[in-house]
Order: sequence, then structure tokens, then C-alpha cells
Amino acid sequence: MTDVNDLIRTRLHAFPKRHFLGAQDLDPPDIANLLDLADVFVDLNRQSTKKLDLLRGRTLVNMFFENSTRTQSSFELAGKRLGADTINMSMKTSSVAKGETLIDTAVTLNAMKPDLLVVRHSASGAAALLAQKVGCSVVNAGDGQHQHPTQALLDMLSIRRAFGHVDGLTIAICGDVTHSRVARSNVILLNAMGAHVRLVGPPTLIPGDADQWGTEVYHDMREGIAGADVVMMLRLQLERMDGAFIPSAREYYRFFGLDREKLAVASKNVRVMHPGPMNRGVEIDSDVADDLSVSLIQDQVEMGVAARMAVLASLAARLENDR
Amino acid sequence: MTKETSAIAFVNARLIDPATEYDGPGSVIVTDGIITDVTLGHATPALPAGIRIIDCDENALLPGLIDMRVKTGEPGHEPAETLKSASLAAAAGGVTSFVVQPDTDPCIDEPAMADFILRRARDIELVHVYPAGAATKKLEGKQMAEIGLMAEAGALYFTNADEPIVNSKIFSRVLNYANGFNALIAHRPKEPWLSEGAVATSGEMAARMGLSGVSPLAERIMIERDLGLAEMTGARFLVDLISTREALGSLERAKAKGLEVFASASINHLMFNEIDIGDYRTFFRLDPPLRAERDRLALIDAVSTGLIDVVVSNHSPEPAEHKRLPFSEATPGALGLQTLLAALIGLHHENDIPLIDLLRTVTQNPAQLLGLEAGRIAKGAPADLILVDIDAPFALREKDILSKSKNSPFENRTLQGKVLKTLVDGRIVYEHA
Repeated sequence: MTDVNDLIRTRLHAFPKRHFLGAQDLDPPDIANLLDLADVFVDLNRQSTKKLDLLRGRTLVNMFFENSTRTQSSFELAGKRLGADTINMSMKTSSVAKGETLIDTAVTLNAMKPDLLVVRHSASGAAALLAQKVGCSVVNAGDGQHQHPTQALLDMLSIRRAFGHVDGLTIAICGDVTHSRVARSNVILLNAMGAHVRLVGPPTLIPGDADQWGTEVYHDMREGIAGADVVMMLRLQLERMDGAFIPSAREYYRFFGLDREKLAVASKNVRVMHPGPMNRGVEIDSDVADDLSVSLIQDQVEMGVAARMAVLASLAARLENDR
Repeated sequence: MTKETSAIAFVNARLIDPATEYDGPGSVIVTDGIITDVTLGHATPALPAGIRIIDCDENALLPGLIDMRVKTGEPGHEPAETLKSASLAAAAGGVTSFVVQPDTDPCIDEPAMADFILRRARDIELVHVYPAGAATKKLEGKQMAEIGLMAEAGALYFTNADEPIVNSKIFSRVLNYANGFNALIAHRPKEPWLSEGAVATSGEMAARMGLSGVSPLAERIMIERDLGLAEMTGARFLVDLISTREALGSLERAKAKGLEVFASASINHLMFNEIDIGDYRTFFRLDPPLRAERDRLALIDAVSTGLIDVVVSNHSPEPAEHKRLPFSEATPGALGLQTLLAALIGLHHENDIPLIDLLRTVTQNPAQLLGLEAGRIAKGAPADLILVDIDAPFALREKDILSKSKNSPFENRTLQGKVLKTLVDGRIVYEHA
């Protein structure tokens, strides 16, 4: 019987770049390859024995300068299931708190010779800066308000599995686009895959020039999600709710919160997504979020592990080739 | 007050309708609160049997006035004015719709307060009263107020009343956010630091009187910021109470650029100048302060050319205890609802400006800005109409003032233009005795 690891190796395409810093690093064929590979991992993850050895001997370091539960554990699980030695560095309690700069941290880390470095940081461009300073592959797990490319990839996987394709679909991304790295990565990937992208939100939460991103901008939610195949809700940070960007949570809910009534104008087969964590009763009604006939929110979490396994395995293959 | 729900025919009238630019003879039929027929010329329209006929005797039949800037004392300062007393003054003055400022107590910064104003007006059943919503919570200029919910509840525009929003970032966000609802934002071009403590316009007059003054250029400084923010955000923006010649230049440039900006001026600044404060009479203590004669003339010119879109009464009732004080200690403000029309007619006589152009600033223009169906004499429009003897002179005595407060700068002046009848939704709400 052929080993499952070897079977996967035959489907494995080396990652097009050494680092995965943003959605623009991927061309449409790369995206398709990654999604195909991720599909294999989804099936494997549903079996009782999930452990592979594609990354045996490799070291994966999770470096999270911002708190994260789901992304960090998703990367950790992905690394472990692929057989990598995986460590989490919680930077909040580390030397950074003692005043070390990002570059110093990188140099220190480099001396430990990791192969894959997963980074989340509150500053836009932090992952790109680290990538210039370390010898390993860097995966951007969210940098400030810039990008979160593995989230976009897992969203793509969820959409493709729900609809069978992404091209031609109308996707409405709703909420706080201005501060969302998820939205920026999704706009790039969705456009690359041939979807029609709409951005929906109050003018204070949509960048003024977002119409130049290949998207249509709507400030009325009913117009924005009319006929949409996918409604992708974004999280509204609590600190934005008290009069700075929007007047109040209740006004936001009234005009931009996703409830049954608004959802009724979307496509009959609409699917609802949310990158989590959700503010129930602010940007989304529980009634909608928990309805498994429309909500892909739980699928997104499952797809997260598979999509990240695909990224890590492809980057490792690239490292192999480079050697 | 009598109520009419049946049909009325106004025949033998002089119709003045800025919306259609018609000023000539005609007749109007009103049925169930709506204008159902307009006949131009001397021909008498076919009248349904049993209709009440009012012979206008060639007096002027105008759209009722819409006053975009009114303060009452309700809620919070009822000794100064109630919505009812203000409505009575409005009906007598030919104002059939007015918008109250949000600086009540509590202020109108949430939908329940907007709803309160509308509900009180419905109960009073005289003229239309609409709320303007606060642009920022508690009018503090710090956090934007619930513009969307208030718009849904019936607030017609949003303003920080007399307190400017100092923080430009906050103001830009308010403008930007309001854009999503296509809401109109009004803002006073009042530079806060230069204006602080000033009770007059700086110049020879204020200096001689020993009053602290603010330079007219302060208004231009603020209007330039505001128009810059309007350009940055593409917002629908109203310069609230423009009062200086310098600021008019800024407004003209912004309009020439094609920005969606508008401006209002108070009737007081078209009628009076700084000389009027000469005997420290506190009824002329206003905010903005009265300006130089050259400013007044420039404002009149701007109204006649349409550069200023809207004229408001800036009705600000203040009881005696706020006015019987030394000039600099008195609360600024003057009544205006009852005299707005007569003052405009006075401007027409004194400055040779066609009456129809002056009336446009209190009918068609505010109606368009606020999205109201009123403000015109047209089939299908609400029957908010006034019948006016344009030439009849009268003197305003204190006993004639229907507002609870009596701080009218027109007291004991001879005015022209007597309102004979005021109709709101086809109901006669005022009739000259």
C-alpha cells in the first residue's frame, strides 16, 4: 500500500515564493493548486489518524505579537499534523515586553534555525520586515491593517467547497473594511479568482479610494448585498463603536448588522461567512450565524487548518527545492 | 382657530410661486389638505358644488414659509418658549414649517428625542415642526451622534447648533458618515478661540463702546476649514448663518468648484448692522454679532444672486431675565418667526429685489434642501399656503408678540405685509382679526 505522504507529495507544488506575505504572492494557478491540496487535507483531517510526516525534521515557530486563539491554534495544529516540531512564542510575555525591537527578536530567533516562521503583529508591514532579516520562510498571520493571506485562502476554500467554484460569484464584504486585514487579502484573492467583489459599510469604515481596488462600494447594506452569493461579515472592533467611526452599536446593527430581513435580498442560495470572533447582535444576528443552512462560519474554522497545512507543506517543498 | 377638512377655492389671488417662477393672477383649489388645482390667469376655475370660496381680493397667495433655524424652549426651557407658543407665532407670521435646533435640554441627539418633537407638533396641530438632530452626542463635539437612526425618526438635518465642532478629525468623520445617508450637515463658521468672550464685531464701534469684539475674518478662517472638509468628504454641507463679506468670497469659490455646499443667513443680519447696538439694547445682542454695513449689503446682494440659498429667522426666544442685563452679560438671540415674512417684504421694498427671489430662500430652497414636499404652489403639493396683504403696514407692539419671550428687535417698528390667513395641510390655523 502506498504511503499517504508519498501520495500527497505527488500533488504537492512548491510555493511560488519563499515567503507568504500577502495575497498578491499568488497567481490564479497557485491558488488552485493550494486549494486542491487543501481539499486533500480536509479529507485527511476528518479521519481518525491525522498525523503526517511531510514536515518531519522541520521547525515551525509561531510568533504572535497580538493575542489570537483561533489563528495560532490553527497554525499549531497544521504544523503538528504535518509532523513539524512546533513551538509557540507568546511575545506578549517575552523579551519584547522588556523592550527588545522586532529586528533584535528576529536575529535572536534566526540563531535557533527555524524553517518556518508564522508571524502576527499589530503593525502593517511587520511580516515583510522580518522576512528581510531571517533565513527561514515567513508566513504572515496578520500584520496590522494590511493583510491576513491565509484567512483569505481558507475563505476561498470554504466558498469553493460550497459552490464548486469561485469565478462569477458575487461576494459582498460588509463592515469595517478600513481596519480589516482580512478584507484586503480577500479582495485580492477574490479578484484573482474572477469573483465580483462588493464592499459594504458606512463611509467612515470604507477607505475613500476602495473603488479603485476592483470593487464596487455600497453604503446601503440592502443595495450592497442584493443578489449576493456570499455575504462576508467583518468583525467590528469594540473601540470603534462609541462615536469615533460610528455613533453606536445599536445604530450599526440597525443599518449594517446582518439579520434575516436584510439577508432576504441576497441570492436564494446565499452563504454567510465571518472570520471570527463575532459580535453577536452587533454585526450579525445569532439567528443567521447559527443557521447551518446558510452559515459557513464553522466550516471556515475547519478549512483554516487544511488551508494552512497546504501553505506550510508547499513552503517546505520550496525550501527543499532551494536546497 | 378653525379647522377645515373640506374643499376651499382661493379665487382672484396674486399667486407668487418661486418654484415655477410665477408671479401673477390665479386661483387655487384645496381639497383634503392637498392642492388639487392651480389655475393661472384671471379665468375662474370650474368650482365643485358646495365648495367654500374665498375671494382673495388680489392679495398675494404664497407657499407657506419654511424656517430652517428656530429655537423654542421645549424641552428644558419652557419659560422662554414652548412648541405651542412658537407654533402660534409661526402661524401668525406665515411660517407653516419650522425646524427646531437640537440644543434643547435634553438635547436632540437620539431618535427618541426627534420623535418627541414630532409627536408634540402633531398634538399641537398648528404648523409643521421638525427636529434637526445633533451632529455630536450632547453637542460636545467629541463623538458623532446617531445620525442614521435620527434621520429615520424624522430629523431633517444635523447640526451642532451654536457650538462649533472644534476637532477637525471628528468633524470630517461626521461629514463622511452623514454622506452614507445623504444627510445634510449644517455648521456655524464660528472660530472658537477668536470668538471667545466677544459680544460684538471688532471695529471702531465696538472699540468706542468698550465691548470686546471678534474680527469678521474669524468667520472666514472657520468657513475655509469647513469648506475644505466638505470638499474632502464630498458631503452635503450647509454653512449655517454666514454673516460677513469675507466669508462670502470663500463660499462663492466653493460653489464654483461644484461642491454640494449651501449657505443660510439670518434675517437679522440682512436688516440690522452694528450701529443698532449703539444704545446697548440687548435685543440686538446676537450670535453671530451684528456686522458692518458693508457686510449687510454684501449679504443682501448674495441673497439676491442666489449665493445665499436660505434665509432663516434664527428665532431665539430669551425671557426678560436673560435680556434685562448689561449688553455683554445678556444672552444673545432675537425672536423672528412672527416677523420673518414682513422683514423680507421690507427688504424687497428697500432694495428693489424681486419679492419672488426673496421668497425662494424661505420656500423652494429650504424645501429642496430638507426634502419637503411643501414650499410650492403645485397640484399635489400639501396645502401649506398663506394669504398676505403685501402692502399693508403695521407696527409690532409687545402685546402682539405671540411668543412667550418678547425679545423682538422689530418691536415698535413699522413693517409691511400683513398675513391674512395661514393654511397648514388645508386647515386654516391663523386668520387676521
